Parts: sequence; C-alpha cells; structure tokens
Amino acid sequence: MSWGNGIRLVALLALLALLIWPQAFAGAFGLLTSNGQPAIYNQGSLLDITLSHLGIVAVATLAATFIAVGLAIIVTRPFGAEFLPVSRSLANIGQTFPPVAVLALAVPMLGFGTAPTLVALFLYGLLPIFENTLTGLTGLPPAVIEAARGMGMSGWQRLWRVELPIALPVILAGIRLSVVISLATATIGSTVAARTLGEVIIAGLQSNNTAFVLQGGLIVGVLAVLIYDGLSALERRLLARTGQAEA
Amino acid sequence: MSLAETAHSQTPPAWLALDRLGVLVAIIAAGGLALPFALFRANRIVPGDALGLFAALPMPLALVLLTALVGGFAAALLRWPAAIKLGMGLVVLAVLFVLVGLSASHLTPEGDSFARVSPGAGFWVLAFAFAVLVTDALTRLALRPWQRIVMLLAVTFAMALLLWSGLWTDLSMLKEYANRAQSFWSEARTHLGLAFGSVALATLVGVPLGLVCYKVKSLRASVLSVLNIIQTIPSIALFGLLIAPLAWVGAHVPGAKTIGISGIGATPALLALFAYSLLPIVANTVVGLLGVSPAAIDAARGMGMTRWQRLRAVELPLAFPVILTGIRIVLVQNIGLTTIAALVGGGGFGVFVFQGIGQTAMDLVLLGAVPTVALAFAAAVVLDALVDMTARETRT
Repeated sequence: MSWGNGIRLVALLALLALLIWPQAFAGAFGLLTSNGQPAIYNQGSLLDITLSHLGIVAVATLAATFIAVGLAIIVTRPFGAEFLPVSRSLANIGQTFPPVAVLALAVPMLGFGTAPTLVALFLYGLLPIFENTLTGLTGLPPAVIEAARGMGMSGWQRLWRVELPIALPVILAGIRLSVVISLATATIGSTVAARTLGEVIIAGLQSNNTAFVLQGGLIVGVLAVLIYDGLSALERRLLARTGQAEA
Repeated sequence: MSLAETAHSQTPPAWLALDRLGVLVAIIAAGGLALPFALFRANRIVPGDALGLFAALPMPLALVLLTALVGGFAAALLRWPAAIKLGMGLVVLAVLFVLVGLSASHLTPEGDSFARVSPGAGFWVLAFAFAVLVTDALTRLALRPWQRIVMLLAVTFAMALLLWSGLWTDLSMLKEYANRAQSFWSEARTHLGLAFGSVALATLVGVPLGLVCYKVKSLRASVLSVLNIIQTIPSIALFGLLIAPLAWVGAHVPGAKTIGISGIGATPALLALFAYSLLPIVANTVVGLLGVSPAAIDAARGMGMTRWQRLRAVELPLAFPVILTGIRIVLVQNIGLTTIAALVGGGGFGVFVFQGIGQTAMDLVLLGAVPTVALAFAAAVVLDALVDMTARETRT
C-alpha cells in the first residue's frame, strides 16, 4: 500500500470511529473544555447529523447535475446556440454571488429548515457543473466529431456515444467542485436551521466550547477532503479509460 | 441542409424577426408583472401584504412603468442591434429602481416610522429579466476592457446618485441602514480589510512560493497538494480549526494578546482567508511561468541576461496575466467568504446577514448581502478588464 492510500485509510477509519463511538474520544476532546463543559456534542448523534449533512449535499448535487448538464447540452446544440454567450456570462456572474447570500435570500421564500439550504446548494451547485460541461462539449477535437459524422451517426447518437463520454472527466471535475462548495455551504445551512454539521461548530462558538468547534470542524474537513480525493481518483480513471492524457 | 438554415430561409423581414433569448426574457418579465411589485408590513417582523403594480404605485407612475416595459419587451423580442437592446434594458432597470423607491414613499403612511415596504417578488423577477437582457447585449457588444470599467463607474455613479437623492429612504433596507449607519461603515471597513488584506498577504507569500515551486520541480507536487487540501476544507470548519491553536497562542505567548491574537475575532478569519488564497495564486504563478515560451527565454539568454534579469524582465512580465487571473479568482472568492467571518466574531457584512437570519428580518440580510455581492461583482469586472489589458500587452 502506498503512503497516500495509507493516510486515506487511516483518515477514513478515524472519521468512522469518531462518528460511531464518539465517547471513546471524550478524553482527548475533554482537554479543550473548561468548567465541566461536555466534551462530545450532546444535542444529537454525530452520525445522524453527518448523514443528514451528506444527504442534503447528495440530493442537491444530483438535481444540479441533471439540470446543469441538460442546460449545457441545450445551449451547445444548433437550436440553442443563441443562448450560449449569455448563459456563459450568467454562469460567470452567478459565481460572484457568495453562497451565504444565496442561502440567506432563499429563506424569505421557503422559510427556515432544510428547504432553503437545498435550494441554495442546488442553485449554486449548477454553476461549476454547467461551466465545465460547456467546456467539455465545446472543446472537443473537431476530428472526432467529423469521424462520428462520417460513420453516419445522427446528432443525438454523436452526443450520447461520442461527445458526452469524452467530456465526462471535465463534467466530473465540475461536479467535484460543486460538491466541495455544497459541503461548505451546507455547513452554514445550520444557521437557517438545516440539520448539518455546522450546528456542532456553531454550538461550540456560542457556548465557548472549543471541543465542539474542533470536532465539528474536523468531521466536515476530513469528509470534504476524502470526498474530493475520491472524486479526483475517479476522474483520473475516466481520463485513462478515454485515452486522454492528464493535463 | 441543417435545421438552422431551414429556419433562416423562412424568416420574416429582418427588423421583425424574433430573438429567441428575447422570448425567454419576455416570458420571465411577464411572470414578474403578474407577481406582487411591493410588500407592505405594519412593522419590521410581521408577515406582509403583497401588492400588485397598481396597488403599489399611483396610477401615473404605474403607467410610466408599463410604457417603459413596452419598450423593453420590443427591444428584447426583436432582433434589433445590441446597442439598442442595451440602452432599452438599462432604461427599464433605471425606471424599476426609481419606481420601487417611489412606491415605498407612496405606501408608507405619513409619519408612520414602523411601517416597512420592501420590493416584492415581481420587482426582483422583472429586474432579473432585464438584467439578463443587458448581460446578453453586453456580451454581444464585446466591449473593450476600458469601456467595461467606464460602464461600471457609470452604474456605480447612478446607484450612488439614487441613494444620495433620498428616493430610496422609505425602503425597508435603507431603514435598517439608517438604524445602524455607523456600524455599517465600520463593518464595511472590516470586510474590505479582511478581504483585501488576506489577498495582499497571499500575493506577497504566494508569488515567491510559486517561483520556488517553478524552479524546484520536486517541491511542486507536494506544495500544491497541501494547498489543495486546505482549499477543500469548508470555511467555517477552517475558522473553527484555527480557533483552538490561536486561543492557545493568545494565552501562552507573551505579547500575542496585545497585538490582537486570540481564538475568536479577526485573526482566525484573516489566517483562514489567507490560507484559502494561496492555492490559486501559487498554482497560477507556476502555470504562468511554465507557459512562457522557450523562445523568449532563449532570446533573453542570448542577450546575455543573468538568471535574475531574465526572471524580472522576461518571465514574470510574460506570466503576469495568468498570475493576475489567480488574484482575481481569490479576491472575488474572499469578498464572499468574508461574510462567514462574522460567525467567529471577525466582523464584516456577514454580521448583518447573520443578525438578519436570527431576527427573521430579511431586509437586514439584504443590507449585508447586497453590498457583498456588489463588491464581488465590481472586483470581478475590474480585474477581468485588467487581465485582458495585460494579456493584450504581453501578446504584442
């Protein structure tokens, strides 16, 4: 086993251990508390909160992927070409909006809870996926498209059997970016009463309990790094499969 | 014959041809017309009454808006030159912005300081639709960098004029501002200090670090992957992870407390923002330097330049646009991320966003969110223009 994989495995096991038997770590976290504060978050199970956090991110990313890839396909077809320049500019402008602002502004429409967080994650998650799908679909080598056309493939066949498979690694890179942003934004979602790991950190900040802040921060941080890392590995594998050299 | 060509051969006279994007803009705008234009509340917290266009504005003003919208619809739907679309789009936006302020004055009863009027969903949807029209026109016009900066200055000036004229004084967001004008400007200073300070620090450290990574190949992969990991950690988690060590430093290192280092406050925020900024700056410095053509380096060597002279006179200037792109990414990102600093007591516009969420006072959220978005947007426009200018220079 290489060094890198060893570190990944240790991080994953440590994370699972902290989620499943948090009390085993009470001694270590207890060093950071004072005046008999609890060492381990006590307003819900860390495992449940983590699963809820991941669930929100998964649902939002899945929806964002379908819509963003669909929209990118539309604007790169002949009938949608008129929308290409403006959609590119809008995606660019949209990314200057801070995720927190999107989150906070979804509240008046949807009330508190999971709904505004889901909507903010979905809206914000669209942008990187859309942008990368566009890059993937517009950056194809013309020779490949010509070859597919020469084989007598129709427009949809070319899209489905040639363009999308070649663009897949770039699309996946967009999804990875989107997931990382979503994991972070979901954390802030706890300020609008979504059940995410942010509540552990914020409870710690409010009660001046560094142990809570640290365990919340560690779980979110390790989770984000592991997911990012896993998706990167998947991308490299796809690149190798489609025979594209890594940039 | 492709689909596009067949469609083209059947089109009516050029000035009457429909613009597909315009159809979308018009549909969105029509939806906006059907939605309430303004929201009236008896006080800050209670749910409000949604008011349609004719209830929100006195008849003559409602007619002014409808007239402007007719022009806006025509400019959107027909294939007119982009400059006309841009002009009409801006006129509609200006009318909308002025009228929403007048609507607030119209709806607020004389002498009632509790009543709150905010823009309704219809206003936002209309503004969004015509902002899309303006964006499309600007994209089609492909303005030069200095023209974009002039446009930005003009829009900023118009907004400043609107705020200064007092037309918006009765809007709820401005009432929130009036109640905390002093803290607004001090939070604004904190926000700018954190966002620009962290980027400046990261540039001072990141560009030399990128240079080292460029020269020392063995270091490159490991430095970049460490920075990559840092950037993956969600901001609030990173703020949190910095609190424990900083609290320890503040309590145990003599003198640290006096220069303001402690667990919460601006220090963890500045450090976290700095750490986030490193990856794009270092990576872009490396990529920019790697992209310098070997011919240019050879030519410099042939002229008898030393390594330092080559670096200063040839390699860094040629890599500059790419480095500047890194700084642009980081600046826009940090202006947004600084809002989260408020959660660790670091201040900034996030203070209003989170206070607003806590009090379910959405206008207070807007008071924090709108300046943040405007700042990020302005920074993106200015730096994009600078990147284009420098890229053009290095190419000739």
